[in-house]
Amino acid sequence: MKTLAFALSALALSAGTALATEHGACADGKTLEDGVLTIATGNPAFYPWVLNDAPESKEGFEAAVAYAIANAMGFEDDQVEWVRTSFDEAIQPGPKDFDFNMQQYSITPEREAMVDFSLPYYTSAMAVLTTQAMVDGGLEPTVESLRGVVWGADANTTAVPMLQQIVQPERDPLLYGDNTDVTAAMQARQIDAALFDLPTALYLSAVVLDGGVVLGQFPAERSENPDQFGLLMEEGNPLKECVDAAIAELTESGELAAIEAEWLQDATNVPVIE
Amino acid sequence: MAEAGLSSDAAAAPAAPTRRELYEARQRRRSVTIAAASTALVLAAIVVLVPLAPGWEAVQRSFFNGEVFARTFPGLVNAFVLNIAIFAWCAPTIAILGLAVALCRDVRAPVLFPLRMFGALYTDIFRGLPVILVIYLMGFGIPGLGLPRPWNSPYLWGSVALVLVYAAYVAEVFRSGIESIHESQRAAATSLGLSDRDTMRYVVLPQAIRNVMPANMNLFIALQKDVALLSFIGPVEIFRQAGVYKSLFANFTPYVGAALIFLAITIPATRYADYLLHRQTRQRR
Repeated sequence: MKTLAFALSALALSAGTALATEHGACADGKTLEDGVLTIATGNPAFYPWVLNDAPESKEGFEAAVAYAIANAMGFEDDQVEWVRTSFDEAIQPGPKDFDFNMQQYSITPEREAMVDFSLPYYTSAMAVLTTQAMVDGGLEPTVESLRGVVWGADANTTAVPMLQQIVQPERDPLLYGDNTDVTAAMQARQIDAALFDLPTALYLSAVVLDGGVVLGQFPAERSENPDQFGLLMEEGNPLKECVDAAIAELTESGELAAIEAEWLQDATNVPVIE
Repeated sequence: MAEAGLSSDAAAAPAAPTRRELYEARQRRRSVTIAAASTALVLAAIVVLVPLAPGWEAVQRSFFNGEVFARTFPGLVNAFVLNIAIFAWCAPTIAILGLAVALCRDVRAPVLFPLRMFGALYTDIFRGLPVILVIYLMGFGIPGLGLPRPWNSPYLWGSVALVLVYAAYVAEVFRSGIESIHESQRAAATSLGLSDRDTMRYVVLPQAIRNVMPANMNLFIALQKDVALLSFIGPVEIFRQAGVYKSLFANFTPYVGAALIFLAITIPATRYADYLLHRQTRQRR
């Protein structure tokens, strides 16, 4: 049975493009379902990572990267299946229903102890989202000025420890379950500023938050632990090697940078916070 | 015991147990042994069988991780202080509002009918809504109207939401207490010349409140747990703090730590409520 499935998938792969036959071998028999790559994303998946909550459209940075990785691993576009998971489902013990999970997971040594991460596919700057009213009121992109305001953040992100390390706010920050709640709190003027990865901050300021402004960024190179996004996998997933090879190839060929340029806004005009 | 009074012999030597006492002591020892053996058996079965499950090691690593526990527990205890503070200012407010609504539902003067109607409507609405929904709507909705600081604080409106919901339950408990006082007592009070107001204050309420004390204790234990729902609108209390640690360590152990802290408070409180209930039933007999 297994050999038959193997033979069939080999056949399917060799029937594909030359690229597929070239790389196809590395993922064989290591995915949940032979010949199918199951990728998980958030529910909902947020802009600008996935457009319109529809990753199969390949629109949005992570959707595009996912298909590029799948292709490099030897999967055709129609061999990619999407599932949705929350953060908690991704880290719960036991068998997973995805081959890898892609929703802006920051790679940290603590998390690495429990799950496996791929090589990073994106290095993110952190940015301060605030409102025009706060800027008019004299809020400046300096750590000094930022320390005195009421902060908010998404509790599931690495923004929380970064806030404590970099800004060290005077008052306890308020934490929320997702982006939507953070912006709701900012709209209700319960918080003055929030820390997000730069692309999310740019999107929220432009589309979601009325009068939203990205005050400044903490560039990715600022510290020895930049915020790097990796694909999350069950610990010991045999697919890791193959995924890493695909990401390394995309990084070297410049394809990853091209996708980034296509889907993520150029952020050079966002001032750097000293 | 009855025979002890019969002979002065037995009274002088209380150490000599009767046959009945011997029998009862034997029975007691027997049931204690059986209870201990069966408990030990069940515990042993759990301790032996659960680790045999194929996923045990993974579960242990992500739910019962000693290292993560040690690193997060102090932070959780710290965050729990906020839970206690929120509970401390909500509980008395709930008791007062609940009593007021219960009294509204008991007014008998026809001219005050709107008050009765308000009481009924209030309890219907707030008992019919999930707590989390009320917290969300009030926590983000009302401050969104443009209130200035500090009147838009999530602590404030989250607490208001908790108070409104819990007061509805407490009001119903108080009402059942008030209704449990027999009509004849009110009649007796009226015949003594007490006004309606004094009847309520000096005759009905003292008994009613005492009668429903255990039921209210249960509600306040539930409140202690539901304080955690305020985390949805920003305050970093123990549940949210555990969530932050969970996210940082990709590990669920902080939730287990939070559960232990909750139990440390709620188990004694539950026992105390049980004790109150027990004492009350004994007194009534």
